[in-house]
Amino acid sequence: MNGSRLRLGFLAAAAGMLLGLLLPLSAEAAPLLPARPLPLVLTIAAALLFALAAGLRGAGGVAPGLAGVLCGAAATLALLRDPGIAGSAAAGFWLMVAAVWLAAALCVMRLAAIRSRSLSARRLLDLAVPLLFGAVVFYLWEVLVRGFGVPPVLLPSPSAAAARFAASLPILWQDFVQTFIRGVLIGYVIGCGAGLLVAIVANRFAFLGRGLLPLGNFFSALPLVGVAPIMVMWFGFDWPSKAAVVVLVTFFPMLVNALAGLAAAGHVERDLMRSYGADYRQTLTKLYLPAALPFIFNALKINATLALIGAIVAEFFGTPTLGIGFRISTEAGRMAIDMVWAEIALAAIAGMAFYGLVALAERATTFWHPSYRT
Amino acid sequence: MNPLADAGTLADATPRRLAVDISDISLTFETADGEVEALSKVNLQIAAGEFVSFIGPSGCGKTTVLRVIADLQQPTSGTLSVNGMSAEQARLSRAYGYVFQAPALFPWRTIEKNLKLPLEVMGFSDSEQRERAARYLALVNLSGFERKFPWQLSGGMQQRVSIARALSFDPHLLLMDEPFGALDEIVRDHLNEQLLQLWDKTAKTVLFVTHSIPEAVFLSTKIVVMSPRPGRIIDVIDCDFPRQRTLEIRETPEFLKVAHRVRVGLRAGHAYDE
Amino acid sequence: MTNSAMAVAAPRRRALHGHPLLDRLVPIATIVLALIAIWYVAAVLMNMALVRDAFEREETPYTASELIAGTMEAERPLLPAPHQVIAAFVDSVFGYPLNAPRSLVYHSAVTLSATLLGFVLGALLGIALALMIVHSRVLEKSLLPWIICSQMVPILALAPIFIVVLGALGLQGLLPKSIISAYLSFFPVTIGMVKGFTSPDPMQLDLMRTWSATPAQVLTKLRWPAAVPYLFAGLKVAITISLIGAIVAELPTGGEAGIGARLLAGSYYGQTVQIWSALLAAAILASALIGLVGLAERVVGRQMGTRP
Repeated sequence: MNGSRLRLGFLAAAAGMLLGLLLPLSAEAAPLLPARPLPLVLTIAAALLFALAAGLRGAGGVAPGLAGVLCGAAATLALLRDPGIAGSAAAGFWLMVAAVWLAAALCVMRLAAIRSRSLSARRLLDLAVPLLFGAVVFYLWEVLVRGFGVPPVLLPSPSAAAARFAASLPILWQDFVQTFIRGVLIGYVIGCGAGLLVAIVANRFAFLGRGLLPLGNFFSALPLVGVAPIMVMWFGFDWPSKAAVVVLVTFFPMLVNALAGLAAAGHVERDLMRSYGADYRQTLTKLYLPAALPFIFNALKINATLALIGAIVAEFFGTPTLGIGFRISTEAGRMAIDMVWAEIALAAIAGMAFYGLVALAERATTFWHPSYRT
Repeated sequence: MNPLADAGTLADATPRRLAVDISDISLTFETADGEVEALSKVNLQIAAGEFVSFIGPSGCGKTTVLRVIADLQQPTSGTLSVNGMSAEQARLSRAYGYVFQAPALFPWRTIEKNLKLPLEVMGFSDSEQRERAARYLALVNLSGFERKFPWQLSGGMQQRVSIARALSFDPHLLLMDEPFGALDEIVRDHLNEQLLQLWDKTAKTVLFVTHSIPEAVFLSTKIVVMSPRPGRIIDVIDCDFPRQRTLEIRETPEFLKVAHRVRVGLRAGHAYDE
Repeated sequence: MTNSAMAVAAPRRRALHGHPLLDRLVPIATIVLALIAIWYVAAVLMNMALVRDAFEREETPYTASELIAGTMEAERPLLPAPHQVIAAFVDSVFGYPLNAPRSLVYHSAVTLSATLLGFVLGALLGIALALMIVHSRVLEKSLLPWIICSQMVPILALAPIFIVVLGALGLQGLLPKSIISAYLSFFPVTIGMVKGFTSPDPMQLDLMRTWSATPAQVLTKLRWPAAVPYLFAGLKVAITISLIGAIVAELPTGGEAGIGARLLAGSYYGQTVQIWSALLAAAILASALIGLVGLAERVVGRQMGTRP
């Protein structure tokens, strides 16, 4: 993205904002922009900032550009509060949205192109660019849904979903405890633990290892969530059957990865332990297990996501009146889509937090592995 | 409870007793291309306190001899005694320290903890572990690096840690399999000198496998020249350079005479043939 | 590592029969047989109470052997015996015309078609996205982190929404299921291909620069061939997840056709053996699909000179 195109883009964005002052904002004969003080001020501010951004060279244009994006976005969102505009927005409004979008895209592109020397600046940018990108996506989602008046049963706006989230916290908490604390965590601990133990036994007796590794690979690939109805038959409708599904789903990836990890210790290190006259238990605790940690954590991370998916999908097959999966399928059936989105947001937050915790633990214990030092 | 106590008194009683006695050792194994005779009727006596180098081309069995003595491999025939015991008994009584071609330090342990590894396995007390780790790290001139991790040290330094680790439990023998092979010549020269000083100070019996003729001649009291197919000993050369020697002796005529004899042995063993 | 060190390979590990294929098959076969034996014992133990109750209700006297025989033939067992499952499976595969609603072949075909369509769409989308990410720094910095994040989110939970929303828009049957499968399978392919496209050695990239190769040439002659192993690894994950997605997508509508629908129906009506035979069909489908990808991988690998 070279300088002149950047300048042109910002100028176009400024023009777009100004045109919104002139063109009709709504399909219905609603008054034009000049009649509303707050959006008017914000629009003019945005246009000025974009012009300034066009004038500044290089990365300097990003700061006024971002400020202009904020003003423009605030202006359009403020306009949407008017029931005359929401649902029937017209050319003037959409031009303003397009201008904001263009300016934001230019800022993202300019930021992504920065190659900084300082480590902290790079880390900041690595965080800022995707966050900005995500914010733009959410903004567009909000504006498009409300501007076109998309029926909420089809696709609610982010603000509506967030409102529903905030309003349903007690239910969400109950669902979280049922699915995550009871189903996922218990099943995860049992499944991963069992997988590790069996892998240790199979490492000791090579015959077992040669048989279990291909079988483990085979079973990891199967749609094991399908055993949910059988688990319900054995353990009842409540959370034990979901935990049982999670145990099965997490057992095999851990088995396969732990087997690979325990075999990862090099010949030289094994000979070294042998030359010390170390017995099996000492060799296991001082060599095999530490060397296997990167593999074990790889499985723990994969299993974090698989466990959550397993518990939620298992609930699709039937559960008492609690649980994330239960809520999603019943609310979807009732067309209460904003509640579904709130539950999905809950599942997403839980999934990312769980994965993040495991990744942190991995960093703390396997900092010595070459993959962290490149 | 130190299992080495008994073996120690034995050594003191007869000063020039045999550290290693190999008698008619052979080792054959199966490969995809048929049988390979790694060692064929090898005979060798090594007295305590000697520095013995094994030199020869690839496949001559020098590493195999070391591994057989270390009970890391079993011979198909012949007898072997280490410090008067069988190889397995010697291993279980922690009679030797092994230094491999690669430092083989555990990346998840600090340097200090790496030194403590054999001590932990052998059941030394915590205070003794700490004291020995510090002492042997000082012996290889790496005090101050206790809290570093292996990747923060250079290759030469890692190998020195590996040697310190092999010495930390006071074994009688030190078995070294091309320990300096992966290092450049300047570092190698430096480490050769340091190894010699170490040997002089600790009076261990050292068995040293190498590819390098100058290194073998410089370091040893005895050089064993081997040849391949089948692996066997061609020549055993005694050198009696003074115990405190420096790198300068490598230009003396006595040195060159011994080196020449080694080369003759290698040529006789077809080391230079295709 | 010198040749002398390598020549002294430890002769300690003795192959089972000296034969490499048997060496691998015998442990697997032993464990499989052991698992089947455990399955039978478990079936007897778990169905025991059920069968005993049935006998006592009919007030007929029974011997121990009749009891055990009963546990293997129960109509609604807690754990069907292996031969029961196989019998039911064979019956539903061969016992009905291919488009009958009772035929497992029909249901498998329904699920399989959604799986394959979704997989192909998802794989193509994934490769295209990976190509764009690798060639655009903007996309790499803004979009890739979100794709990586999405791996941690239980995306499968979105299936019901998709079905309902798309149903409200008038799309039913094969298309919404394939869209879900495609959505699920493009993530592993994208991530795998990005890793693959960026895997070439810096030395190899430098070499291309000394020849003034254009980006397109670097792509076709270096990045793409280097990415092939990563492609197949991603495809294997993608096809398994595509199958799971198709099965799960059949649940919300109270499903009429497909393996997922079969599983749901079996659980509603307590038809244990039906559930197990549907699971067996799913397992066979999954292994066949992975086998196909593995076969393709080997064919391509041989052409590209990979070590067997």
